[in-house]
Amino acid sequence: MYAIDVDNVTRIYQKYSAKHRFQTFKSALLRGDFFRALRPDELVTALDGVNLKIEKGQTFGIIGENGSGKSTLLKVVAGIAKPSSGRVKTQGKVSALIELGAGFHPEITGRENVTINGIMLGLSKKEINQKFDEIVRFAELEEFIDAPVKTYSSGMYMRLGFSVAINVNPEILLIDEVLAVGDAAFVPKCLDRIDDFRRRKKTILFVSHDLPTVSKICDKVAWMKNGKLMMVGEPKRVVDAYLQDVAVKQEEKFEEKSKAVDLEQKFEEERRENRWGDRTVEIKRVRLLSPRGQEKHVFAPEDGMVVEMEVESRVLIKDFVFGIGVFNSQGVACYGTNTQLEDYESVSIKGRGTVACRIERLGLVNGTYYLDVAVHRKDGFPFDYHRNLYSFLVSSTLRDEGVARLAHAWTFSPMIRIRPPAPAGKARAPRAAKKRHAPRKDKKR
Amino acid sequence: MLKVVESVQTLYKYRVLIQNLISRELKARYRGTVLGFLWSFINPLLLMIIYTIVFGFIIGPRDPNFGGSPVLYALFLFCGVLPWTWFSSSSIESANILMIQGNLIKKVLFPAEVLPVVVVTSNFIHFLFGLPILLAAKLLIALFVPQAPPFSAWIVLLPLVLFVQFVFSLGFGFLISSLTVHFRDIKDILSNLLTFWFFATPIIYPMSFPAIQNSKLFRTFLSLNPMTHIMGGYHDTLYYGKAPDWLFLGGTLLFALLLFWAGHTVFDRLRDSFPEEV
Repeated sequence: MYAIDVDNVTRIYQKYSAKHRFQTFKSALLRGDFFRALRPDELVTALDGVNLKIEKGQTFGIIGENGSGKSTLLKVVAGIAKPSSGRVKTQGKVSALIELGAGFHPEITGRENVTINGIMLGLSKKEINQKFDEIVRFAELEEFIDAPVKTYSSGMYMRLGFSVAINVNPEILLIDEVLAVGDAAFVPKCLDRIDDFRRRKKTILFVSHDLPTVSKICDKVAWMKNGKLMMVGEPKRVVDAYLQDVAVKQEEKFEEKSKAVDLEQKFEEERRENRWGDRTVEIKRVRLLSPRGQEKHVFAPEDGMVVEMEVESRVLIKDFVFGIGVFNSQGVACYGTNTQLEDYESVSIKGRGTVACRIERLGLVNGTYYLDVAVHRKDGFPFDYHRNLYSFLVSSTLRDEGVARLAHAWTFSPMIRIRPPAPAGKARAPRAAKKRHAPRKDKKR
Repeated sequence: MLKVVESVQTLYKYRVLIQNLISRELKARYRGTVLGFLWSFINPLLLMIIYTIVFGFIIGPRDPNFGGSPVLYALFLFCGVLPWTWFSSSSIESANILMIQGNLIKKVLFPAEVLPVVVVTSNFIHFLFGLPILLAAKLLIALFVPQAPPFSAWIVLLPLVLFVQFVFSLGFGFLISSLTVHFRDIKDILSNLLTFWFFATPIIYPMSFPAIQNSKLFRTFLSLNPMTHIMGGYHDTLYYGKAPDWLFLGGTLLFALLLFWAGHTVFDRLRDSFPEEV
């Protein structure tokens, strides 16, 4: 028996334009066809044939971009929104943490609001009286419980809302991104309480953009995109697939952007700010490539990158230097070099050709980076300088910080007991193999 | 029809919630005011004084039944204005209630039909606060004003009139609240309609007014207005101290039940659209 059984659920939303609204009002008045008039001419499909079965006691995560239908799914499971077609079955009492403190009345006291909110969430008056102290203690609002809710800070408001909702003690708990607003002390407390739910084998459906938390607390994760379930399974694997998809999308976006750069380069005047030099030697085009030669804009920290410049010199020049520089989004120079610094001796250049700078391993942390490319004389006189005209993205599941990802490895002496990270879905096979080898080596020593 | 029975059962199931929401509504209404609940008495009293001055003393009671007595006319006015205020504020608040409580409908599994019930009932309770003043005025006037209609036992039928108005207000509230979600214009239409409706109901004039009795058109028009018969009920049981017009009051009750059914049906049909429209 499943705790939550979502059977082929489709949810279509109606979009009304102002004009259409007037027409419906008019026709409703004139012809009296209130119900027919309400039929929309524009539809938005928020959920598209979703099938989801969640076993009792599972902590189930849902991830996806904004507008992918996660919250709608939650609302359908909670019964707040009705599916346009399909069926949802739930086993046991459902409590939805969709918006904390929804329905609090600002003018009356916290105490009265707890009572009413509890009743709204399905508690009886007796149950509320029993749990009242616990609710107030968890929210840490003992001093303020008899003050009107309008005097509360937003944090206090949220704590009280969470505290009531979690004390409803449901069989199924639906959580929609509500933890994002808590302060540093309260969020761990909430997570503790959620953990407690898991231990007691309650079912949790958890919608979040906080991927590390999702991978940490969920037994299973579903990835939604455009109202459809793309993938359901082991958290790490699904999260990775989702990130991959996001990276592909970003790649497309960057591609568009770089196309725009190519076009814009015709409008020299506008770009004067970011491009200068007398163009005796001109950089005609810059491409970012993978080491295999494919054009690319999103890289992993361990990827290589090739910066390829198409250059042209109309006259014979003997004194020239090619250089590149990488800056992060805060404008920090992450790396810069040129042929002069590396003791290349320029001899001559004339006509068209390419210059490629091959970076074996990027070694940068996640973020957006900007690229300077330039050709100038040894004394610094610029032929063609492109400032921040090109950008690329470094994206990975790693969460290290700083500027550069230094190549590194951890070792521990045997008295320190520490578990290595859980293997990623895709990387599982090779890493597991390595692990098996490692102890053997130790024994040989 | 079965759905309505089901719905009444649902409402019964949520009685604790309704009860708490009403008490919250009443508490919140005068929270922060110095006089608090006294306003429930003061508001109708002030209104009454204004009506008495304007219609009793300045314009003067035009109907021969009042024998030119401003006090009697004021009592007559009071019998009508008080329940009318209940009806009109219920209707105006119902028109807004789903939008005001949109957060509940959008974010919490919440039975929306509770909201119009809370609106009508909390206004009903306000009306009840004013009722003792009305009864006291009636008693004093019956005792001390010579040509006043006597205090009679028919007053025990007042709850029946209240019930008819309650059902009628509720039906109207269901209809208005659900339609306003889709057609926001109703809010503005309604406030104008209620002004018109007020004057199209025998509140500041009695049905026995010669100009009405002499015109078949007026009489028919007023008889088609259900509020006429509800007000008639108040006037009969409270002011005149006589039996209500059973035929008209019964007919109005039937009409109120019909409106309740219709209002509820519309509400129920539109219910699924509330979370996305409010």
